[in-house]
Amino acid sequence: MTLLDAVLFLPLIGFLLLLLIPKNNPGLSRMAALVISLVIFVISLGLASAFSGSAPDGFAFVHDSEWISSPPIRYHVGIDGLSLWLVLLTTLLTPISVLASWKHIDHRVKEFFAFLILLEFGLIGVFVSLDLFLFYVFWEVGLVPMYFLIGIWGHERRIYAAVKFFIYTFAGSVLMLAAIIFLYDRTGTFDYSQIQSQLQSGRLALSSQAEMLLFLAFFIAFAIKVPLFPLHTWLPDAHVEAPTAGSIMLASVMLKMGTYGLVRFCLPLFPNAAHRSAHWVMALAVIGILYGALVALVQPNMKKLVAYSSVSHLGFVVLGVFSFTQQGLDGAVYQMLSHGISTGALFLLVGYLYERRHSLEISAYGGVVTPAPNLAIVFLIATLASIGLPMLNNFVGEYLVLQGASYASFPATVFAAVGVILSACYMLWLYQRTFYGKASESLSHHMPDLSGREWAAILPLLLLMLWMGSYTQTFMPAISAQNARILDQSKLRLAQSPPSPSAVREVANAR
Amino acid sequence: MQLWLIPLLPLAGFAVNGLLGRRMSKTAINAVAVGSVLLSFLWVLKTLSALGVFGGGNPLEQAYTEHYYTWIQSGMLNIGVDFAIDRLTAVMLMIVTGVGFLIHVYSVGYMAHEGGYHRFFAYLNLFMFFMLVLVLAANFLLLFVGWEGVGLCSYLLIGFYFTEKFATDAGNKAFIVNRIGDFGFSLAVFLIVMHFGSLDFATVFGKVQGMPVESSAGWITAIAFLLFVGAVGKSAQIPLYVWLPDAMAGPTPVSALIHAATMVTAGVYMVTRSSSIFLHAHGALEVVAIIGLATAFFSATVGLAQTDIKKVYAYSTVSQLGYMFLGLGTGAFSAGIFHVMTHAFFKALLFLGAGSVIHAMSGEQDLRKMGGLRKYTPITFWTLLCASVAIAGVPPFSGYHSKDAILASAYEYAPWMYWVGVFTAGMTAFYVFRAFFLAFFGEPRWKAGHDDHGHGHGAPHESPPSMWIPLAVLAVLSLIGGYINIPRWLEPMFKLPEEAPGIPWTALVSVAAGLIGIALAAWFYLIAPAIPEQLARSFSTPYRWIYNKYFVDEFYDSVVVEPVVDGSRSLLWRVVDVGAIDGIVNGTGKIVRNVGGILKRMQSGSIRSYAAWVVLGSILVIVAITMAGGAR
Repeated sequence: MTLLDAVLFLPLIGFLLLLLIPKNNPGLSRMAALVISLVIFVISLGLASAFSGSAPDGFAFVHDSEWISSPPIRYHVGIDGLSLWLVLLTTLLTPISVLASWKHIDHRVKEFFAFLILLEFGLIGVFVSLDLFLFYVFWEVGLVPMYFLIGIWGHERRIYAAVKFFIYTFAGSVLMLAAIIFLYDRTGTFDYSQIQSQLQSGRLALSSQAEMLLFLAFFIAFAIKVPLFPLHTWLPDAHVEAPTAGSIMLASVMLKMGTYGLVRFCLPLFPNAAHRSAHWVMALAVIGILYGALVALVQPNMKKLVAYSSVSHLGFVVLGVFSFTQQGLDGAVYQMLSHGISTGALFLLVGYLYERRHSLEISAYGGVVTPAPNLAIVFLIATLASIGLPMLNNFVGEYLVLQGASYASFPATVFAAVGVILSACYMLWLYQRTFYGKASESLSHHMPDLSGREWAAILPLLLLMLWMGSYTQTFMPAISAQNARILDQSKLRLAQSPPSPSAVREVANAR
Repeated sequence: MQLWLIPLLPLAGFAVNGLLGRRMSKTAINAVAVGSVLLSFLWVLKTLSALGVFGGGNPLEQAYTEHYYTWIQSGMLNIGVDFAIDRLTAVMLMIVTGVGFLIHVYSVGYMAHEGGYHRFFAYLNLFMFFMLVLVLAANFLLLFVGWEGVGLCSYLLIGFYFTEKFATDAGNKAFIVNRIGDFGFSLAVFLIVMHFGSLDFATVFGKVQGMPVESSAGWITAIAFLLFVGAVGKSAQIPLYVWLPDAMAGPTPVSALIHAATMVTAGVYMVTRSSSIFLHAHGALEVVAIIGLATAFFSATVGLAQTDIKKVYAYSTVSQLGYMFLGLGTGAFSAGIFHVMTHAFFKALLFLGAGSVIHAMSGEQDLRKMGGLRKYTPITFWTLLCASVAIAGVPPFSGYHSKDAILASAYEYAPWMYWVGVFTAGMTAFYVFRAFFLAFFGEPRWKAGHDDHGHGHGAPHESPPSMWIPLAVLAVLSLIGGYINIPRWLEPMFKLPEEAPGIPWTALVSVAAGLIGIALAAWFYLIAPAIPEQLARSFSTPYRWIYNKYFVDEFYDSVVVEPVVDGSRSLLWRVVDVGAIDGIVNGTGKIVRNVGGILKRMQSGSIRSYAAWVVLGSILVIVAITMAGGAR
């Protein structure tokens, strides 16, 4: 048993423990959820401190044993520089989500926290699975608790949003399942490493059409999750209806399942198809960046605004991934983490506002800075991080993505950089309408400043914004090393099986 | 040498006042805020003397660099947190910390009765930090850190009176318009990395030296042009100058420090820093000269008719920045920096003096409601006079020296530019003295007694020592600052033009233009006060245009802002998102539901049969893939 096994299964144990707590003791459920999630976080820190990406494939804490003998589904887990920080992001945001739900959730408390911890199990599982079937199982495991978090504890239109969320994601994952089974049919294994080595040795050779279809099956599943324009319309509804904790986990971690999948599977397993698709994927990413920002500009609802801003930010990630450059990929992964921190913080803070005023409409606010100056400052820092102020986290990712994309397509970079202007527009306008101006009487009465619990939840995120923005060397070397491998793998095959002349031209255009 | 101490001291001041200021006494806040900047100034002096700047010889011929840590490392790209100091940075450090210190001292008096005292000084210190990072940075990305950081502080301080909508609107406008400029800057950064493989000044400028000068537009021209787009935003040039006049919504010391003396000159600094790129791109240099000249001219015309004393000086700042770019564009980089320095002295003084006037008038900024203040605020009167003669280009005061250097260079480049510049110099002298005469001479147009804030000051009163001492120091600098020979000091970086013996006629003409401007102002506003109104009436159309600033804001609103917002709302959101995409999604859902009604029989409730359906469906998909050519 490795440390990773512990980090993976402790949430499952925690989930079961929570189920044992008597229903009529919500305080105990809360405390138990907090303690469990904090313990998991502390243990997961051990992953970072003991992590070494020196293995040839870059994976550490690998555990590979049989799960089901026929078909041969393996319990094969491990982490590399790509998944390490995503696991930590998950374990960090779970206790923060618990704190965010402390007062907000007042009915069926036990079930809420149980689902939250179960969600953590599914999310960690997605990031550590090295067996395609196992990956698929965790992918769906994460879906279920989120469905209930939205459907039970959400706002008025929660059922519509939950069903929309579920069906959207499920539609994509069915395609992915078909692709996984097809791969199994051709290779006799679900194992990620084995499929890769078969590809590398040439034992598995896909026709370009088959590769493209497989790529698309995976890609659509991931693109829905990202979400990439035009597959994004589930996101605003899900966010608006979800409780605060649901929004945090959804935006910070769940969306990263999609971008993670692109980097982990689409690039190394189907490099030719990925290269051939790069031009239109980059185009969709850029459209998403601009479209998300423009639509965010006119949202009257705070959560919708932040949700559409996510569409824009995640567009940067996809742009970076499909630039096929070291900087683009490094920036994309860094942006995944940064977006997790800063958007998580924004949803948390919007939750604070909601708990005070019971409205998500921007027009219900104004002048919050006077009664709650600390809340205002904290929100300002999160805003600045979100709009990519240098020395805060998002800047690093955005800069590297755009720098990487500039090699692949300078026009795409130019358009994407317009998104950076627009982000300042919608966020500063939101901030002005919410926090500046004169506070109305009724607002002042219901706007206490941050409590100790609220400080505890937001402070780690603020510190990380500064840390990730001003000192990237803590995180970047591991990410960069693994991205170099992934780029190598996707280039290697490109050289081995020379594609048709038309494909060469397309790749040249795309790059 | 510990260069890092220079910006870090104000940052520490920011941290203390920002985190603890709410519980600290005003004296303690003052000590932290002013003290940290003073220490930073002293550390600059110590560093420069350790580098031999105040001794003889030829100090700082080479840049002195300190490397601290790697900020971003990705592939071949390595961006460090590195500071460097050379002759250009030395000048900027002296201006920023020196003038910055004086303005901090002044603010102690000016802000004494304002709310949010610790917040104000925290922001001001944070600004000093970012501004010092900007001038010390040894690569483009770190410069960008300072660049965006000063923009942030500008945003925060413009919107300092956050309950006023016009103030927070002005803050947003400043940030967003600057972002448009930064868009150009960041594209330049991408191109620099693509073509030079590095962002370090030493590497990039070293490589560009060995390249041929671009006669027609190539990628060096593109880089230079995009860098200049950044400068246009930060230094408020046409077409992005619109934020600066509005920025006067902030407290007056902010206008002096950020929106006159230091931050807005960052664009001039950055272009000068990148001079070797610009010198390889003559096309871009010409754009710099033309934009600078156009901005100088047009904003001077607007300054002629403004009635708010701060607005007059704001348009004057835009105009003077235009002069600086005219200098850079015509190849006189050292003259541009020279003007940055003298402008920092006299324009900071103009704003602080205006602040003193506003303070005396208990908040009144309208020139039409002033008059006769000479007797009540004698120190302010004399110091503002010093600043006014300095900006009007009256020899031997500071503005004369630097402006003359720029105009001489403009004449070399293209005589017509010189003549437009001279005409602008005349207008400059006119509007500055117009404001001066309106404020200090003539009959008082104010009523003693109460003001809106209910202070009940009675007659206007002179400002406290903490305010007038900085005024006095800046007045001295405005008078004699022209003898600090910046072009000679920067000679190792930028060749001096050969100096003609004696005083060239170009200088005489521009001095004459300035004197004519002053004389006209005196005639219009001292001797025959009826004339301006008559002129305004007989030239009502042009007057209306300049009074309303050529309606540029209205134009931008109706051509850019409203279409973007309306288009996003009514087309993208309502039609594309909700209508088209969600329409398809929900429509599909409806079809599925109808089909589902038929297929309801499949839902036996038995898990086994579900599993069978999943497997069957998957097989169908596989078959489809295979039929589509998946199999070899």
